[in-house]
Amino acid sequence: MDKSIKKSSLTISENGLEKKTSGKRLEVLKTYKIYIGGQFPRTESGRYYVPVNAVGKKLANVCLSSRKDFRDAVVSARGAFSGWSGRAAFNRGQVLYRMAEMLEGRKAQFIEELTQQDASKAKAEKEVNLAIDRLIYYAGWCDKYQQIFSAVNPVASSHFNFSVPEPTGVVSIVAPQNDSLLGLVSVIAPVITGGCTCVVLASETKPLCSVTFSEVLNSSDLPGGVVNILTGKPSELASWFVDHMDVNATIYCEKDSSVKKMMREKSALNLKRIIFYDKVNWYTEEGQSPYFIMDTQEIKTTWHPVENIAGAGGGY
Amino acid sequence: MATGSPKIFSHLSNGQPGFSLSPRIDQVGVEERASRFTKRSIKKESKLNGLKLVLNMIDLTTLEGKDTDGKVKQLCYKAMHPHDALPDIPTVAAICVYPSMVKIARKALGDSGIKVASVATAFPSGQAPKDVKIRDTKYAVNEGADEVDMVISRGKFHSGEYNYVFDEIAAIKEACGDARLKVILETGELGTFDKVRRASDIAMHAGADFIKTSTGKIQPAATMPVTLVMLEAIRDFYYKTGKMIGMKPAGGISKSKLALHYLVMVKETLGEDWLNNEWFRFGASSLANDVLMQIVKEKTGVYQAANYFSVD
Repeated sequence: MDKSIKKSSLTISENGLEKKTSGKRLEVLKTYKIYIGGQFPRTESGRYYVPVNAVGKKLANVCLSSRKDFRDAVVSARGAFSGWSGRAAFNRGQVLYRMAEMLEGRKAQFIEELTQQDASKAKAEKEVNLAIDRLIYYAGWCDKYQQIFSAVNPVASSHFNFSVPEPTGVVSIVAPQNDSLLGLVSVIAPVITGGCTCVVLASETKPLCSVTFSEVLNSSDLPGGVVNILTGKPSELASWFVDHMDVNATIYCEKDSSVKKMMREKSALNLKRIIFYDKVNWYTEEGQSPYFIMDTQEIKTTWHPVENIAGAGGGY
Repeated sequence: MATGSPKIFSHLSNGQPGFSLSPRIDQVGVEERASRFTKRSIKKESKLNGLKLVLNMIDLTTLEGKDTDGKVKQLCYKAMHPHDALPDIPTVAAICVYPSMVKIARKALGDSGIKVASVATAFPSGQAPKDVKIRDTKYAVNEGADEVDMVISRGKFHSGEYNYVFDEIAAIKEACGDARLKVILETGELGTFDKVRRASDIAMHAGADFIKTSTGKIQPAATMPVTLVMLEAIRDFYYKTGKMIGMKPAGGISKSKLALHYLVMVKETLGEDWLNNEWFRFGASSLANDVLMQIVKEKTGVYQAANYFSVD
């Protein structure tokens, strides 16, 4: 018995059809797909590209998303908006915390992918730890930023006048190219903390973590469509990210001044908000702040008529 | 007409075919064929023309218990001015309302050329005595309806009383006078393609000007396979009698892309003679806005958002 196994795994069979094989198992490589509406489709275009790391090793075959994938993702994000923004803030916090838990559970995989993408082991571990902590940080803010940034305004008439932040809607994000996990988490977290939904274009050169992160999202109670992650080329998609009329804000994390100019111009079409995070160091304290949440919030002021009790001469 | 004992038409002296002998439908074949129509590539100029044609074929519909005069007037305005930012687009084909709203719609539409269609015959269930249905129809026509959308008696159909169904359609057709009659089969309640085919044959022989899939109140409503079965019934009827019958899928068609697939199906099943709103209609409400959004997208190159289009 033992003999025959050894024979079949190492030698050529008598009729010559069976080739010599090694005892080593062939690894099953992961298919890196995009994340739209809680599903993992391949790109509609059928295209892919092969990012390589610094030593020239091919990382994977990754979807080269098209503008139609982006369009579909925006439809999903818009569909998910009312449900997500309508949730209790406390519940959003629970979901973000759950995301952190799931990320913690798959830490080893992220470290592995980051090291494939040229990071040292120590740096990769630090990046994953920070990403987890960042989710916890924003989980805490979910039901607190409203109090900090709301106001009761003094007015001269008999009105109760107050201002509160409300989520702006669908946010398109071109994520940082370099900090492919920490940067990604750091831009997504404040957006969804505030109740917005988003479509994210992951790092073009280092896309592995983004796809694995979408698997984390998918297993962490986050409703489908709240976060949609595409892989592909910013040079091809950035203009679509900013001129879609159903997108309310766009976040850009790179320094390319021609892209910034293009974004400023195109945003005029529906007066969407343009936010640049090109100078943020995501590894430091400045990489997390409730002000990031406020970047995709709108302030709504309400005039609520109240009875002028003293003026009417009445009372309780 | 006696309704107690079901008779087969071929036994009657009126020359009608035996509807219990309507062709059997190959379900697998129909579904396969219908899915082929979704594989055609329609781009740029032809897409834009297709979208305009779709818009021009829409019966803009409001059939709610909560409909008010104001809602109907608003919808009529929308029918005449689908999107004021685009001056060179067509209007919709018709407004589809309940009989009590016909007068308001007629007045609001004026001489715009847009038709008023009214549902009648105890829509959507059709569970009312025949004389009530006839009065319902006459009321709608007297109020000014150009078209009447009737429902067949599905209960009678299922109990095999095809004569009753036939006679009822014929009676309503008579009550319509000059108004065109659309016969709603409510395919979602018929169950099989065989029955859809049989109901189509009955309706066309009884005098329908249009056959229509659904009320929109029952799921499933219009699907491509069921519409294909009805289109093929229309084609066979045309070959046999030389008479053209219109088709109206209704309910569940809310995206432009799907509507274009339907146009492909009509073109490849019946030919170009049917590709106008005289012979083909979409019963829909939210489809209009999606078509407008796609037209604006084609013209500007920018994806559109629903909140820049009027609510209807």
